[in-house]
Amino acid sequence: MTQNKTPRKGWILTGPALIWTSIFFLAPMGMVIAYSFFRRVGGSIDTSPSLYNYQRIFDEPVFLDALKNSLEVVLITVVVSILVAYPFAYILAYRVPPKWQRPLLLLAVLPFWTSYVVRSYSWLLVLAKNGVVNGMMQTTGLISEPVSLANTRLATVIGFVHFFTMLVSLTIYASLTQIPDSYRKAARDLGASSPMTFLRITLPLSMPGVVVGAFLTFVLAIGDFITPQILGGGQELLLPQAIMLQVQRRGDFPLAAALSVILLVIVIAVYGVSAKRLTLDGK
Amino acid sequence: MKQLGSILRFSYVAAIFGFILLPVLSLVLFSFQDGAVALPPLRGLSFRWYEALFADGRMMAALRNSVVVGLVSAALCTVLGFFAAYGLARYRPKGAQLLRGYLIAPLGVSYLVIGLGLSLTFSELSIGRSLVTVTIGHVVINLPLAFAIILSQMSEQQESYERAARDLGARESRVLSLITVPMLAPGLLAAFLLSFTLSWDEFVIALLLTRFDVTLPVEIWSALRTGLNPKTNAAGTIVFGLSIGMLIVTYAFIRRRLERRR
Repeated sequence: MTQNKTPRKGWILTGPALIWTSIFFLAPMGMVIAYSFFRRVGGSIDTSPSLYNYQRIFDEPVFLDALKNSLEVVLITVVVSILVAYPFAYILAYRVPPKWQRPLLLLAVLPFWTSYVVRSYSWLLVLAKNGVVNGMMQTTGLISEPVSLANTRLATVIGFVHFFTMLVSLTIYASLTQIPDSYRKAARDLGASSPMTFLRITLPLSMPGVVVGAFLTFVLAIGDFITPQILGGGQELLLPQAIMLQVQRRGDFPLAAALSVILLVIVIAVYGVSAKRLTLDGK
Repeated sequence: MKQLGSILRFSYVAAIFGFILLPVLSLVLFSFQDGAVALPPLRGLSFRWYEALFADGRMMAALRNSVVVGLVSAALCTVLGFFAAYGLARYRPKGAQLLRGYLIAPLGVSYLVIGLGLSLTFSELSIGRSLVTVTIGHVVINLPLAFAIILSQMSEQQESYERAARDLGARESRVLSLITVPMLAPGLLAAFLLSFTLSWDEFVIALLLTRFDVTLPVEIWSALRTGLNPKTNAAGTIVFGLSIGMLIVTYAFIRRRLERRR
Protein backbone atom coordinates (compact mmCIF):
# COMPACT_ATOMS: atom_id res chain seq x y z
CA MET A 1 0.00 0.00 0.00
CA THR A 2 1.52 3.32 -1.02
CA GLN A 3 1.52 6.25 1.35
CA ASN A 4 -0.52 8.69 -0.75
CA LYS A 5 -3.28 6.13 -1.16
CA THR A 6 -4.16 5.90 2.51
CA PRO A 7 -5.80 9.30 3.08
CA ARG A 8 -8.13 8.56 0.18
CA LYS A 9 -9.09 5.33 1.90
CA GLY A 10 -9.97 7.35 4.99
CA TRP A 11 -12.34 9.41 2.89
CA ILE A 12 -13.95 6.31 1.40
CA LEU A 13 -14.56 4.77 4.81
CA THR A 14 -15.91 8.01 6.26
CA GLY A 15 -17.88 8.63 3.07
CA PRO A 16 -21.19 6.92 3.91
CA ALA A 17 -21.54 8.81 7.20
CA LEU A 18 -20.57 12.09 5.48
CA ILE A 19 -23.09 11.52 2.69
CA TRP A 20 -25.78 10.58 5.19
CA THR A 21 -25.14 13.72 7.25
CA SER A 22 -25.10 15.87 4.10
CA ILE A 23 -28.37 14.53 2.70
CA PHE A 24 -30.35 14.12 5.89
CA PHE A 25 -28.92 16.90 8.07
CA LEU A 26 -27.20 19.61 6.06
CA ALA A 27 -29.71 19.67 3.21
CA PRO A 28 -32.73 19.76 5.57
CA MET A 29 -31.11 22.64 7.48
CA GLY A 30 -30.69 24.38 4.13
CA MET A 31 -34.37 23.72 3.45
CA VAL A 32 -35.36 25.30 6.75
CA ILE A 33 -33.33 28.40 5.99
CA ALA A 34 -34.64 28.60 2.41
CA TYR A 35 -38.25 28.11 3.51
CA SER A 36 -37.93 30.88 6.05
CA PHE A 37 -37.65 33.32 3.13
CA PHE A 38 -40.64 31.86 1.28
CA ARG A 39 -44.17 32.90 1.89
CA ARG A 40 -47.38 31.01 2.24
CA VAL A 41 -50.15 32.40 0.10
CA GLY A 42 -53.42 30.60 0.64
CA GLY A 43 -52.71 26.91 0.22
CA SER A 44 -49.55 27.29 -1.85
CA ILE A 45 -46.06 28.62 -1.32
CA ASP A 46 -44.60 31.66 -3.02
CA THR A 47 -40.90 30.93 -3.47
CA SER A 48 -39.74 34.45 -4.34
CA PRO A 49 -37.47 35.32 -1.42
CA SER A 50 -38.69 37.91 1.06
CA LEU A 51 -38.34 38.83 4.71
CA TYR A 52 -42.10 38.60 5.13
CA ASN A 53 -42.03 35.92 7.87
CA TYR A 54 -39.36 37.68 9.88
CA GLN A 55 -41.30 40.93 9.63
CA ARG A 56 -44.40 39.15 10.91
CA ILE A 57 -42.48 37.67 13.81
CA PHE A 58 -41.26 41.07 14.91
CA ASP A 59 -44.58 42.80 14.24
CA GLU A 60 -47.03 40.39 15.81
CA PRO A 61 -46.97 40.30 19.61
CA VAL A 62 -47.84 36.55 19.67
CA PHE A 63 -44.40 35.63 18.36
CA LEU A 64 -42.43 38.19 20.32
CA ASP A 65 -44.26 37.00 23.43
CA ALA A 66 -43.35 33.39 22.64
CA LEU A 67 -39.72 34.45 22.31
CA LYS A 68 -39.85 36.42 25.54
CA ASN A 69 -41.63 33.58 27.41
CA SER A 70 -39.07 31.08 26.16
CA LEU A 71 -36.12 33.18 27.25
CA GLU A 72 -37.70 33.86 30.65
CA VAL A 73 -38.62 30.24 31.36
CA VAL A 74 -35.24 28.96 30.18
CA LEU A 75 -33.24 31.52 32.18
CA ILE A 76 -35.25 30.79 35.32
CA THR A 77 -34.65 27.09 34.68
CA VAL A 78 -30.89 27.61 34.30
CA VAL A 79 -30.58 29.63 37.52
CA VAL A 80 -32.81 27.39 39.65
CA SER A 81 -31.20 24.20 38.33
CA ILE A 82 -27.73 25.45 39.25
CA LEU A 83 -28.86 26.60 42.71
CA VAL A 84 -30.52 23.25 43.40
CA ALA A 85 -27.77 21.11 41.86
CA TYR A 86 -24.69 22.82 43.30
CA PRO A 87 -25.14 21.86 46.97
CA PHE A 88 -26.14 18.36 45.89
CA ALA A 89 -23.01 17.92 43.76
CA TYR A 90 -20.89 19.47 46.51
CA ILE A 91 -22.16 17.12 49.22
CA LEU A 92 -21.78 14.18 46.87
CA ALA A 93 -18.22 15.08 45.91
CA TYR A 94 -16.88 16.04 49.35
CA ARG A 95 -19.07 14.60 52.05
CA VAL A 96 -20.08 11.20 50.75
CA PRO A 97 -17.63 8.27 50.97
CA PRO A 98 -16.11 7.62 47.51
CA LYS A 99 -17.57 4.17 47.15
CA TRP A 100 -21.11 5.56 47.51
CA GLN A 101 -20.64 8.45 45.10
CA ARG A 102 -21.03 6.52 41.88
CA PRO A 103 -24.12 4.46 42.83
CA LEU A 104 -25.82 7.61 44.17
CA LEU A 105 -24.98 9.51 40.99
CA LEU A 106 -26.36 6.69 38.85
CA LEU A 107 -29.55 6.62 40.91
CA ALA A 108 -29.87 10.40 40.59
CA VAL A 109 -29.75 10.32 36.79
CA LEU A 110 -32.11 7.37 36.44
CA PRO A 111 -35.14 9.36 35.25
CA PHE A 112 -32.84 11.04 32.73
CA TRP A 113 -33.30 7.95 30.63
CA THR A 114 -37.06 8.08 30.39
CA SER A 115 -38.71 9.44 27.35
CA TYR A 116 -39.55 13.16 27.42
CA VAL A 117 -43.20 12.32 26.99
CA VAL A 118 -43.27 9.81 29.82
CA ARG A 119 -41.33 12.11 32.14
CA SER A 120 -43.60 15.07 31.54
CA TYR A 121 -46.64 12.86 31.80
CA SER A 122 -45.49 11.48 35.13
CA TRP A 123 -45.13 15.04 36.46
CA LEU A 124 -48.74 15.55 35.49
CA LEU A 125 -49.67 12.72 37.88
CA VAL A 126 -47.78 14.53 40.63
CA LEU A 127 -49.04 18.05 39.96
CA ALA A 128 -52.63 17.45 38.85
CA LYS A 129 -55.53 18.79 40.88
CA ASN A 130 -56.08 15.40 42.51
CA GLY A 131 -52.46 14.42 42.15
CA VAL A 132 -49.76 13.26 44.51
CA VAL A 133 -48.63 16.66 45.77
CA ASN A 134 -52.15 17.86 46.49
CA GLY A 135 -52.91 14.57 48.17
CA MET A 136 -49.90 14.90 50.44
CA MET A 137 -50.60 18.53 51.29
CA GLN A 138 -54.22 17.78 52.11
CA THR A 139 -53.42 14.82 54.35
CA THR A 140 -50.87 16.87 56.25
CA GLY A 141 -53.38 19.69 56.55
CA LEU A 142 -51.26 22.24 54.68
CA ILE A 143 -54.17 23.11 52.42
CA SER A 144 -57.87 22.35 52.58
CA GLU A 145 -58.80 22.74 48.91
CA PRO A 146 -56.75 21.19 46.09
CA VAL A 147 -54.80 23.73 44.05
CA SER A 148 -54.20 23.22 40.37
CA LEU A 149 -50.48 23.15 39.69
CA ALA A 150 -50.66 21.66 36.21
CA ASN A 151 -51.07 23.92 33.18
CA THR A 152 -49.02 26.74 34.62
CA ARG A 153 -45.62 28.23 33.95
CA LEU A 154 -44.60 26.89 37.35
CA ALA A 155 -45.31 23.34 36.14
CA THR A 156 -43.13 23.87 33.06
CA VAL A 157 -40.31 25.22 35.21
CA ILE A 158 -40.63 22.29 37.65
CA GLY A 159 -40.50 19.81 34.77
CA PHE A 160 -37.43 21.54 33.31
CA VAL A 161 -35.65 21.94 36.65
CA HIS A 162 -36.27 18.28 37.38
CA PHE A 163 -34.53 17.21 34.20
CA PHE A 164 -31.71 19.72 34.24
CA THR A 165 -30.86 19.36 37.93
CA MET A 166 -29.73 15.85 37.04
CA LEU A 167 -27.62 17.13 34.16
CA VAL A 168 -26.08 20.10 35.98
CA SER A 169 -25.30 17.93 39.03
CA LEU A 170 -23.22 15.73 36.75
CA THR A 171 -21.19 18.56 35.22
CA ILE A 172 -20.60 20.31 38.56
CA TYR A 173 -19.69 17.02 40.22
CA ALA A 174 -17.18 16.36 37.43
CA SER A 175 -15.58 19.77 38.02
CA LEU A 176 -15.51 19.43 41.82
CA THR A 177 -13.81 16.04 41.79
CA GLN A 178 -11.04 17.45 39.61
CA ILE A 179 -9.98 20.02 42.20
CA PRO A 180 -7.00 18.55 44.06
CA ASP A 181 -7.63 18.15 47.81
CA SER A 182 -4.31 19.85 48.49
CA TYR A 183 -5.68 23.22 47.25
CA ARG A 184 -8.38 23.32 49.88
CA LYS A 185 -6.04 22.01 52.54
CA ALA A 186 -3.48 24.68 51.71
CA ALA A 187 -6.13 27.40 52.01
CA ARG A 188 -7.14 26.09 55.44
CA ASP A 189 -3.53 25.82 56.59
CA LEU A 190 -3.06 29.44 55.60
CA GLY A 191 -5.90 30.34 57.93
CA ALA A 192 -8.89 30.66 55.58
CA SER A 193 -12.26 29.87 57.13
CA SER A 194 -14.52 27.30 55.46
CA PRO A 195 -16.73 29.88 53.71
CA MET A 196 -13.58 31.71 52.60
CA THR A 197 -12.06 28.51 51.21
CA PHE A 198 -15.30 27.84 49.34
CA LEU A 199 -15.58 31.34 47.89
CA ARG A 200 -11.92 31.75 46.96
CA ILE A 201 -10.91 28.21 45.96
CA THR A 202 -13.72 25.73 45.38
CA LEU A 203 -16.31 27.95 43.72
CA PRO A 204 -14.00 29.57 41.14
CA LEU A 205 -12.40 26.23 40.28
CA SER A 206 -15.78 24.57 39.81
CA MET A 207 -17.04 27.29 37.46
CA PRO A 208 -16.27 25.21 34.33
CA GLY A 209 -18.84 22.64 35.46
CA VAL A 210 -21.38 25.38 36.15
CA VAL A 211 -20.82 26.97 32.73
CA VAL A 212 -21.03 23.71 30.81
CA GLY A 213 -24.15 22.72 32.75
CA ALA A 214 -25.76 26.12 32.15
CA PHE A 215 -24.94 25.97 28.44
CA LEU A 216 -26.38 22.48 27.97
CA THR A 217 -29.47 23.42 29.97
CA PHE A 218 -30.04 26.54 27.91
CA VAL A 219 -29.60 24.82 24.56
CA LEU A 220 -31.67 21.75 25.38
CA ALA A 221 -34.45 23.59 27.22
CA ILE A 222 -35.03 26.31 24.66
CA GLY A 223 -35.59 23.73 21.90
CA ASP A 224 -37.93 21.52 23.91
CA PHE A 225 -41.54 21.33 22.83
CA ILE A 226 -42.91 18.57 25.02
CA THR A 227 -42.36 19.81 28.56
CA PRO A 228 -44.11 23.18 28.03
CA GLN A 229 -46.82 21.54 25.92
CA ILE A 230 -47.73 18.82 28.42
CA LEU A 231 -47.08 20.69 31.67
CA GLY A 232 -47.60 24.32 30.73
CA GLY A 233 -50.66 23.60 28.66
CA GLY A 234 -52.28 26.35 26.66
CA GLN A 235 -51.69 29.18 29.14
CA GLU A 236 -48.76 30.68 27.28
CA LEU A 237 -46.78 29.77 24.19
CA LEU A 238 -43.08 29.05 24.18
CA LEU A 239 -41.05 29.27 20.98
CA PRO A 240 -41.07 25.51 20.18
CA GLN A 241 -44.83 25.44 20.79
CA ALA A 242 -45.26 28.37 18.40
CA ILE A 243 -43.26 26.46 15.77
CA MET A 244 -45.30 23.31 16.27
CA LEU A 245 -48.53 25.30 16.10
CA GLN A 246 -47.58 26.60 12.66
CA VAL A 247 -46.66 23.10 11.48
CA GLN A 248 -49.62 21.17 12.83
CA ARG A 249 -52.55 23.57 12.96
CA ARG A 250 -51.83 26.36 10.51
CA GLY A 251 -49.74 24.42 7.99
CA ASP A 252 -47.60 27.55 7.60
CA PHE A 253 -44.22 25.93 7.00
CA PRO A 254 -42.37 29.11 5.94
CA LEU A 255 -43.33 30.83 9.19
CA ALA A 256 -42.37 27.72 11.20
CA ALA A 257 -39.03 27.72 9.37
CA ALA A 258 -38.40 31.39 10.18
CA LEU A 259 -39.14 30.75 13.86
CA SER A 260 -36.76 27.77 13.73
CA VAL A 261 -34.04 29.95 12.24
CA ILE A 262 -34.47 32.37 15.14
CA LEU A 263 -34.16 29.42 17.53
CA LEU A 264 -30.97 28.32 15.73
CA VAL A 265 -29.52 31.82 15.81
CA ILE A 266 -30.13 32.09 19.57
CA VAL A 267 -28.40 28.76 20.18
CA ILE A 268 -25.45 29.68 17.93
CA ALA A 269 -25.12 33.07 19.65
CA VAL A 270 -25.08 31.47 23.09
CA TYR A 271 -22.52 28.97 21.86
CA GLY A 272 -20.40 31.77 20.40
CA VAL A 273 -20.42 33.65 23.70
CA SER A 274 -19.57 30.63 25.84
CA ALA A 275 -17.49 28.51 23.43
CA LYS A 276 -14.18 29.49 24.99
CA ARG A 277 -15.30 28.41 28.42
CA LEU A 278 -16.94 25.15 27.44
CA THR A 279 -14.50 22.66 28.87
CA LEU A 280 -14.57 20.54 31.98
CA ASP A 281 -10.78 20.31 32.15
CA GLY A 282 -10.54 23.35 34.38
CA LYS A 283 -7.48 24.64 32.56
CA MET B 1 -22.93 21.77 65.50
CA LYS B 2 -21.15 19.15 63.46
CA GLN B 3 -24.09 16.82 63.88
CA LEU B 4 -26.53 19.49 62.75
CA GLY B 5 -24.46 19.89 59.61
CA SER B 6 -24.68 16.21 58.74
CA ILE B 7 -28.43 16.17 59.40
CA LEU B 8 -28.89 19.14 57.07
CA ARG B 9 -26.73 17.55 54.40
CA PHE B 10 -28.54 14.24 54.66
CA SER B 11 -31.95 15.95 54.45
CA TYR B 12 -30.87 17.92 51.41
CA VAL B 13 -29.68 14.84 49.54
CA ALA B 14 -32.82 12.96 50.55
CA ALA B 15 -35.00 15.86 49.35
CA ILE B 16 -33.21 15.95 46.00
CA PHE B 17 -33.68 12.23 45.52
CA GLY B 18 -37.32 12.62 46.47
CA PHE B 19 -37.70 15.38 43.89
CA ILE B 20 -35.88 13.43 41.19
CA LEU B 21 -37.59 10.10 41.74
CA LEU B 22 -41.09 11.25 42.76
CA PRO B 23 -42.66 11.41 39.27
CA VAL B 24 -41.25 8.11 38.11
CA LEU B 25 -42.26 6.35 41.32
CA SER B 26 -45.77 7.79 41.03
CA LEU B 27 -45.94 6.58 37.44
CA VAL B 28 -44.91 3.03 38.31
CA LEU B 29 -47.01 2.84 41.47
CA PHE B 30 -50.22 4.08 39.86
CA SER B 31 -49.81 1.79 36.87
CA PHE B 32 -50.81 -0.94 39.34
CA GLN B 33 -53.85 1.03 40.49
CA ASP B 34 -56.88 -1.14 41.05
CA GLY B 35 -59.50 1.28 39.77
CA ALA B 36 -60.16 3.60 36.88
CA VAL B 37 -58.47 6.67 38.37
CA ALA B 38 -54.76 7.16 37.70
CA LEU B 39 -54.34 9.31 40.79
CA PRO B 40 -54.25 8.88 44.56
CA PRO B 41 -55.55 7.33 46.71
CA LEU B 42 -54.13 3.94 45.79
CA ARG B 43 -57.04 1.52 45.92
CA GLY B 44 -55.03 -1.68 45.77
CA LEU B 45 -52.64 -3.38 43.43
CA SER B 46 -53.57 -5.18 40.26
CA PHE B 47 -52.24 -6.04 36.82
CA ARG B 48 -55.50 -5.24 35.07
CA TRP B 49 -54.11 -2.19 33.26
CA TYR B 50 -51.21 -4.18 31.92
CA GLU B 51 -53.71 -6.75 30.66
CA ALA B 52 -55.73 -3.95 29.10
CA LEU B 53 -52.56 -2.57 27.54
CA PHE B 54 -51.55 -5.90 26.03
CA ALA B 55 -55.06 -6.27 24.65
CA ASP B 56 -54.88 -2.83 23.03
CA GLY B 57 -54.08 -3.41 19.35
CA ARG B 58 -52.93 0.15 18.65
CA MET B 59 -50.57 0.28 21.62
CA MET B 60 -49.10 -3.12 20.76
CA ALA B 61 -48.61 -2.12 17.13
CA ALA B 62 -46.90 1.08 18.29
CA LEU B 63 -44.67 -0.93 20.61
CA ARG B 64 -43.63 -3.23 17.74
CA ASN B 65 -42.99 -0.20 15.51
CA SER B 66 -40.81 1.38 18.20
CA VAL B 67 -38.74 -1.77 18.54
CA VAL B 68 -38.27 -2.09 14.76
CA VAL B 69 -37.38 1.59 14.29
CA GLY B 70 -35.00 1.37 17.26
CA LEU B 71 -33.23 -1.77 16.03
CA VAL B 72 -32.87 -0.65 12.41
CA SER B 73 -31.77 2.91 13.24
CA ALA B 74 -29.32 1.70 15.90
CA ALA B 75 -27.81 -0.83 13.47
CA LEU B 76 -27.38 1.88 10.81
CA CYS B 77 -25.85 4.29 13.34
CA THR B 78 -23.39 1.67 14.52
CA VAL B 79 -22.29 0.64 11.01
CA LEU B 80 -21.99 4.20 9.66
CA GLY B 81 -20.37 5.39 12.88
CA PHE B 82 -17.89 2.52 12.87
CA PHE B 83 -16.66 3.08 9.31
CA ALA B 84 -16.43 6.83 9.83
CA ALA B 85 -14.48 6.44 13.08
CA TYR B 86 -12.24 3.77 11.56
CA GLY B 87 -11.52 5.92 8.51
CA LEU B 88 -10.69 8.98 10.59
CA ALA B 89 -8.65 7.25 13.29
CA ARG B 90 -6.60 4.94 11.06
CA TYR B 91 -6.07 6.88 7.85
CA ARG B 92 -6.16 10.43 9.21
CA PRO B 93 -7.31 12.15 6.01
CA LYS B 94 -6.63 15.86 5.64
CA GLY B 95 -9.10 17.91 7.63
CA ALA B 96 -9.94 15.05 9.99
CA GLN B 97 -10.74 17.56 12.74
CA LEU B 98 -13.18 19.35 10.50
CA LEU B 99 -14.84 16.10 9.43
CA ARG B 100 -15.25 15.12 13.05
CA GLY B 101 -16.90 18.43 13.83
CA TYR B 102 -19.18 18.06 10.81
CA LEU B 103 -20.33 14.58 11.83
CA ILE B 104 -21.03 15.71 15.40
CA ALA B 105 -22.80 18.96 14.38
CA PRO B 106 -26.38 17.56 14.48
CA LEU B 107 -26.02 17.27 18.27
CA GLY B 108 -26.23 21.06 18.52
CA VAL B 109 -29.57 21.41 16.75
CA SER B 110 -32.95 21.00 18.43
CA TYR B 111 -34.77 17.78 17.45
CA LEU B 112 -37.73 19.94 16.54
CA VAL B 113 -35.74 21.85 13.92
CA ILE B 114 -34.17 18.65 12.52
CA GLY B 115 -37.64 17.12 12.31
CA LEU B 116 -39.03 20.18 10.55
CA GLY B 117 -36.12 20.20 8.09
CA LEU B 118 -36.56 16.52 7.27
CA SER B 119 -40.29 16.91 6.94
CA LEU B 120 -39.80 19.81 4.45
CA THR B 121 -37.15 17.81 2.54
CA PHE B 122 -39.27 14.67 2.30
CA SER B 123 -42.34 16.56 1.15
CA GLU B 124 -40.22 18.37 -1.47
CA LEU B 125 -39.07 14.95 -2.73
CA SER B 126 -42.67 13.63 -2.53
CA ILE B 127 -41.62 10.96 -0.04
CA GLY B 128 -44.53 10.12 2.26
CA ARG B 129 -44.18 10.03 6.02
CA SER B 130 -43.75 6.50 7.33
CA LEU B 131 -41.70 4.38 9.70
CA VAL B 132 -38.87 4.60 7.15
CA THR B 133 -38.69 8.38 7.42
CA VAL B 134 -38.68 8.20 11.25
CA THR B 135 -35.86 5.67 11.09
CA ILE B 136 -33.87 8.08 8.90
CA GLY B 137 -34.55 10.87 11.39
CA HIS B 138 -33.37 8.76 14.31
CA VAL B 139 -30.16 7.88 12.50
CA VAL B 140 -29.52 11.60 11.97
CA ILE B 141 -29.80 12.40 15.69
CA ASN B 142 -27.99 9.31 16.99
CA LEU B 143 -25.19 8.93 14.45
CA PRO B 144 -23.09 11.70 16.10
CA LEU B 145 -23.22 9.87 19.45
CA ALA B 146 -22.52 6.43 18.01
CA PHE B 147 -19.62 7.89 16.02
CA ALA B 148 -18.17 9.72 19.03
CA ILE B 149 -18.42 6.64 21.28
CA ILE B 150 -16.72 4.36 18.75
CA LEU B 151 -14.04 6.95 17.97
CA SER B 152 -13.25 7.28 21.68
CA GLN B 153 -12.63 3.53 21.85
CA MET B 154 -10.06 3.50 19.03
CA SER B 155 -6.48 3.21 20.29
CA GLU B 156 -2.97 3.09 18.91
CA GLN B 157 -2.52 -0.33 20.40
CA GLN B 158 -5.32 -1.74 18.26
CA GLU B 159 -3.64 -0.20 15.25
CA SER B 160 -0.43 -2.12 15.91
CA TYR B 161 -2.36 -5.39 16.14
CA GLU B 162 -3.97 -4.59 12.80
CA ARG B 163 -0.57 -3.84 11.29
CA ALA B 164 0.77 -7.14 12.62
CA ALA B 165 -2.13 -9.00 11.00
CA ARG B 166 -1.51 -7.21 7.71
CA ASP B 167 2.21 -7.99 7.87
CA LEU B 168 1.32 -11.63 8.33
CA GLY B 169 -0.58 -11.44 5.06
CA ALA B 170 -4.21 -10.95 6.15
CA ARG B 171 -6.42 -9.21 3.61
CA GLU B 172 -8.15 -5.98 4.66
CA SER B 173 -11.55 -7.67 5.09
CA ARG B 174 -10.03 -10.30 7.37
CA VAL B 175 -8.21 -7.68 9.43
CA LEU B 176 -11.52 -5.91 9.95
CA SER B 177 -13.57 -8.98 10.81
CA LEU B 178 -10.96 -10.85 12.87
CA ILE B 179 -9.07 -8.03 14.59
CA THR B 180 -10.76 -4.63 14.51
CA VAL B 181 -14.40 -5.51 15.14
CA PRO B 182 -13.78 -8.02 17.96
CA MET B 183 -11.46 -5.55 19.71
CA LEU B 184 -14.02 -2.77 19.41
CA ALA B 185 -16.98 -4.99 20.35
CA PRO B 186 -17.81 -3.28 23.68
CA GLY B 187 -17.72 0.19 22.09
CA LEU B 188 -19.83 -0.97 19.15
CA LEU B 189 -22.34 -2.55 21.49
CA ALA B 190 -22.48 0.54 23.69
CA ALA B 191 -23.09 2.68 20.58
CA PHE B 192 -25.82 0.32 19.42
CA LEU B 193 -27.60 0.12 22.77
CA LEU B 194 -27.44 3.86 23.39
CA SER B 195 -28.77 4.60 19.89
CA PHE B 196 -31.57 2.13 20.46
CA THR B 197 -32.51 3.62 23.84
CA LEU B 198 -32.57 7.17 22.49
CA SER B 199 -34.62 6.15 19.45
CA TRP B 200 -37.02 4.23 21.69
CA ASP B 201 -37.57 7.36 23.81
CA GLU B 202 -37.66 9.94 21.03
CA PHE B 203 -40.88 11.82 20.39
CA VAL B 204 -40.79 15.05 18.34
CA ILE B 205 -39.15 13.62 15.22
CA ALA B 206 -41.41 10.58 15.43
CA LEU B 207 -44.45 12.89 15.65
CA LEU B 208 -43.38 14.99 12.65
CA LEU B 209 -42.32 12.09 10.43
CA THR B 210 -44.97 9.43 11.01
CA ARG B 211 -48.47 9.27 9.71
CA PHE B 212 -50.51 6.09 10.21
CA ASP B 213 -48.00 3.74 11.79
CA VAL B 214 -46.69 5.51 14.87
CA THR B 215 -44.12 4.73 17.56
CA LEU B 216 -44.95 4.19 21.23
CA PRO B 217 -44.17 7.71 22.54
CA VAL B 218 -46.46 9.17 19.84
CA GLU B 219 -49.23 6.71 20.74
CA ILE B 220 -48.85 7.64 24.42
CA TRP B 221 -49.05 11.29 23.40
CA SER B 222 -52.37 10.67 21.63
CA ALA B 223 -53.63 8.73 24.65
CA LEU B 224 -52.89 11.80 26.80
CA ARG B 225 -55.65 13.71 25.03
CA THR B 226 -58.24 11.59 26.81
CA GLY B 227 -56.75 12.57 30.17
CA LEU B 228 -54.85 10.68 32.85
CA ASN B 229 -55.56 6.98 32.92
CA PRO B 230 -53.85 3.98 34.53
CA LYS B 231 -53.38 2.26 31.18
CA THR B 232 -51.20 5.16 30.03
CA ASN B 233 -49.26 4.74 33.28
CA ALA B 234 -48.72 1.10 32.38
CA ALA B 235 -47.47 2.06 28.90
CA GLY B 236 -45.16 4.69 30.41
CA THR B 237 -43.85 2.17 32.92
CA ILE B 238 -43.00 -0.24 30.10
CA VAL B 239 -41.17 2.51 28.17
CA PHE B 240 -39.26 3.42 31.32
CA GLY B 241 -38.51 -0.19 32.25
CA LEU B 242 -37.08 -1.04 28.85
CA SER B 243 -34.89 2.10 28.81
CA ILE B 244 -33.48 1.27 32.21
CA GLY B 245 -32.94 -2.35 31.18
CA MET B 246 -30.97 -1.24 28.11
CA LEU B 247 -28.98 1.17 30.24
CA ILE B 248 -28.00 -1.51 32.73
CA VAL B 249 -26.86 -3.81 29.90
CA THR B 250 -24.84 -0.96 28.33
CA TYR B 251 -23.28 -0.05 31.65
CA ALA B 252 -22.38 -3.67 32.38
CA PHE B 253 -20.52 -3.91 29.06
CA ILE B 254 -18.66 -0.65 29.47
CA ARG B 255 -17.65 -1.59 33.00
CA ARG B 256 -16.35 -4.97 31.98
CA ARG B 257 -14.33 -3.22 29.34
CA LEU B 258 -12.90 -0.71 31.79
CA GLU B 259 -12.01 -3.42 34.27
CA ARG B 260 -10.19 -5.42 31.64
CA ARG B 261 -8.13 -2.37 30.79
CA ARG B 262 -6.87 -1.93 34.31
